[in-house]
Amino acid sequence: MASAVMNMTTAALDWVTVVFDAPLARAVVFGVHIDGHLVVEVLLVAVILFQLTRKSYKPPKKPLTEKEIDDLCDEWVPEPLHPPITEEMKAEPPILESAAGPHTVIDGKEVVNFASANYLGLLGNEKIADSCITSLEKYGVGSCGPRGFYGTIDVHLDCETRIAKFMGTPDSILYSYGISTIFSVIPAFCKKGDIIVADEGVHWGVQNGLYLSRSTVVYFKHNDMASLESTLEKLTHENKQAEKIRRYIVVEAIYQNSGQIASLNEIVRLKEKYRFRVILDESHSFGVLGNSGRGLAEYYGVPIEKIDIITAGMGNALATDGGFCTGSVRVVDHQRLSSSGYVFSASLPPYLASAAISAVNYLEDNPSVLTQLRSNIALLWKGLADILGLAIASHPLSPIVYLKLKKSTGSSKSDLELLNIITDRVLKEDSVFIVSTKRSVLDKCRLPVGIRLYVSAGHSESDIHKVCDSLRRVAALVLV
Amino acid sequence: MTVLLPIPPLVPIPPLAVPGEVRRMVRLTYLTALTTLLGYVVFFVFGFLRDLFRELLDWSKSDDLRGYAPICPPFEDFYTRRIYHRIQDCFARPIASAPDAWIDVVERYSNDNNKTLRRTSTASRCLNLGSYNYLGFAAGDEYCTPRVIESLKKYAPTACSARADAGTTRLHVELEELIARFVGKPAAITFGMGYVTNSSIIPVLVGEGGLIISDSFNHNSIVNGARASGATVHVFRHNSPSHLEEVLREQIVKGRQPGTHRPWRKILVIVEGIYSMEGEFCKLPEIVAICKKYKAYVYLDEAHSIGAVGKSGRGVCELLGVDPADIDIMMGTFTKSFGSCGGYIAASEEIIRYLKHACPAHLYATSMSPAAVQQVISAIKVVLGEDGSNRGAKKLAQIREGSNYFRSELKKMGFVVLGDNDSPVMAIMLYNLAKLPAFSRACLRQNVAVVTVGYPATPVLLARARICISASHAREDLIKGLKVRLSFL
Repeated sequence: MASAVMNMTTAALDWVTVVFDAPLARAVVFGVHIDGHLVVEVLLVAVILFQLTRKSYKPPKKPLTEKEIDDLCDEWVPEPLHPPITEEMKAEPPILESAAGPHTVIDGKEVVNFASANYLGLLGNEKIADSCITSLEKYGVGSCGPRGFYGTIDVHLDCETRIAKFMGTPDSILYSYGISTIFSVIPAFCKKGDIIVADEGVHWGVQNGLYLSRSTVVYFKHNDMASLESTLEKLTHENKQAEKIRRYIVVEAIYQNSGQIASLNEIVRLKEKYRFRVILDESHSFGVLGNSGRGLAEYYGVPIEKIDIITAGMGNALATDGGFCTGSVRVVDHQRLSSSGYVFSASLPPYLASAAISAVNYLEDNPSVLTQLRSNIALLWKGLADILGLAIASHPLSPIVYLKLKKSTGSSKSDLELLNIITDRVLKEDSVFIVSTKRSVLDKCRLPVGIRLYVSAGHSESDIHKVCDSLRRVAALVLV
Repeated sequence: MTVLLPIPPLVPIPPLAVPGEVRRMVRLTYLTALTTLLGYVVFFVFGFLRDLFRELLDWSKSDDLRGYAPICPPFEDFYTRRIYHRIQDCFARPIASAPDAWIDVVERYSNDNNKTLRRTSTASRCLNLGSYNYLGFAAGDEYCTPRVIESLKKYAPTACSARADAGTTRLHVELEELIARFVGKPAAITFGMGYVTNSSIIPVLVGEGGLIISDSFNHNSIVNGARASGATVHVFRHNSPSHLEEVLREQIVKGRQPGTHRPWRKILVIVEGIYSMEGEFCKLPEIVAICKKYKAYVYLDEAHSIGAVGKSGRGVCELLGVDPADIDIMMGTFTKSFGSCGGYIAASEEIIRYLKHACPAHLYATSMSPAAVQQVISAIKVVLGEDGSNRGAKKLAQIREGSNYFRSELKKMGFVVLGDNDSPVMAIMLYNLAKLPAFSRACLRQNVAVVTVGYPATPVLLARARICISASHAREDLIKGLKVRLSFL
């Protein structure tokens, strides 16, 4: 067996040698001897080249036929645009039948109103109403155009100059809606690649602005300066790249979601140490904090130039609508072309701009209204000190007095239900109008829910006593 | 301190590609495109040189940024500083009167080559062809203004509170019922600003896992709302129902993840009634038919068309014969036709109830000023004829005739004019950047106030002047405007 294989192998080898030395293979081409093995090598090279030029083998993908696409499209079922409607979605807010001043009319009954952010009591002020009426008669209601296309009316420019003069900054820019101010300003200055350190309790407008800016956002614990410092340290430590990009700290002066006040002196110290810029939202502190109402910087005695960008909505203390942003000339000028809420939207109705001018004039002429507001807040604090089941969670100087449940039920939803029962009963039985926290599904804030009371300089002592008594009575009944 | 010369800053490259059908529509010839591009190149080169000089001159000055990156990096600002500032006097012109048919444009002067402009106390009376005042409600109106003043006295300029708190008054409820009835939907919700309406409603309706297909020429507020929603956004060619169908088929088959083909949660197609930079209507019947076939939801933004088109002013649905029940969400603003401010959404009862529960603008933002609400209520009553007169019908007829007359006369003069028949917005193509300030300043000298737009509001090669006709323009005003144009031929 083995010998047969050996014979066959030897025979094959002989045959191969003969082929190699065959006379045909002994041709001479261009003076070069062509041996047999050269032919084999050339053939091999040819086969290799042929294989290399072939496309790599992929199992061919069968494209879907039109009918198959039609079937897939027919099979697809979308979700409905809205989730199933629950009972809590059907709740309607009370309908006011008069101006939302310290006293208002709901369902024909007069109620004491602690739900409007009318801090200086300017709703119903005669002078402001008169300036609005003059404006309405001269300019009509709307401005019918964005600021770039004949929507700039001279009252807008006057309002911007007035606010800048009041705040002590070079210039300011007016927006047509309070909430759009902050979510237009942030994307105008923060782009992809920048770093933003923001408080975790900022309101939805700020969150939306942070998301639209596409920058890297890091949140620190609510109003906790130690947490802020460690976050800043972590971000800048050994990070040489950090010096070439823009870095911001975004905080609110008085937090809408909790009534806390940001410690501006600490923040400014940290900002200078780590080379960050500060964006401060003063919607609830403009016209409230400081000896003359100039806001958080005046309250802490920090020079206004140290804060890079200040934004504020005017729908609170100034009792008008819209918002403004102020800062250095570069900051304000840049927004006139890059801020989407300014460029692509109609400008503020002129009568609201005149109302803002009159409100700022009033504030400058009557700083005593601030002391009145402060004493009202102090009185309210005294009255709410001993309520069963509710504790005050805001800063003593904040005009938003925030009441939290002393013992939470465990979930935000059931807490909110309990608080809504309290506010409904307070309104129905004692004619006092207060509101609880409202959280949208888009809101990422996780601070505890509570009851908000907005104190106004227009509230009288009896109003404050009434709300304290009412809350004490209802809380004792509901929160046993 | 570096010794080498600093590298010139990067310039943002504007998108130059103009799709074929758009080029045909605006008659952009190769010669025009070339000369326009050449103009831009000249501007950029000069801008570079000036920036270089500025860097050299400022090199010796101390750097007072001290470790901070500049708040506006030089390349972001390039367009503003070197191109926009040269023609700044053509934009943001302040006026000292109501934005009616005739306005007082405040004259401005500059001491530093247009970098800053100062107001003077003189104003010139000009014909206003730029404000969105379609039905003429901008200035005082005999029916609306007394009621507005009464509401102001009763309800104060604002409620200082969100709608969900203490901001809902009888007027707001009345307005929502009225606008729902006007538009032809069961329910509506209103907001204090049109921009915020789009930016905060779209994220509530569509979230992650959803698909938004929007027209390529959609407004910035829709783009922002779509980005904020977290959904995937695709764009279809402007006003092209066939491309929309293509995109829909491709996306439904592909699914939301390339590997697993997970199906989309929902698909929302967003279109506008009148596109404000072109003045043309959207092809609504075809788009609605396609969306019905593929079960996509339709979102119609009628910012410019509500109140201005249609036999009784009810917008593009009435004009193009589409049943409002076929459109899932109808959005509009009160700024343009009703002379007020704010926006609304009209849809089914359940959607509106959900929006009232979940929309952040309803829960957090200050409610619309009661005086502005009253203005809209009165304006709608005038349009519907419920004030006891036929002024509404007269206004609608006037704006239709005025815009058709103006457009046909301009076309006769040989201008390239965009915009459909019956649309109160039209655009005169200028193409070249240098023609924008020339046209604008020359018109102003002859007391006609026009709006000229260039990049970035329009594609780079397609700068234009945009005209908005109003019901308060008398025939003589339009004739004067045309005469002024004639003098430029």
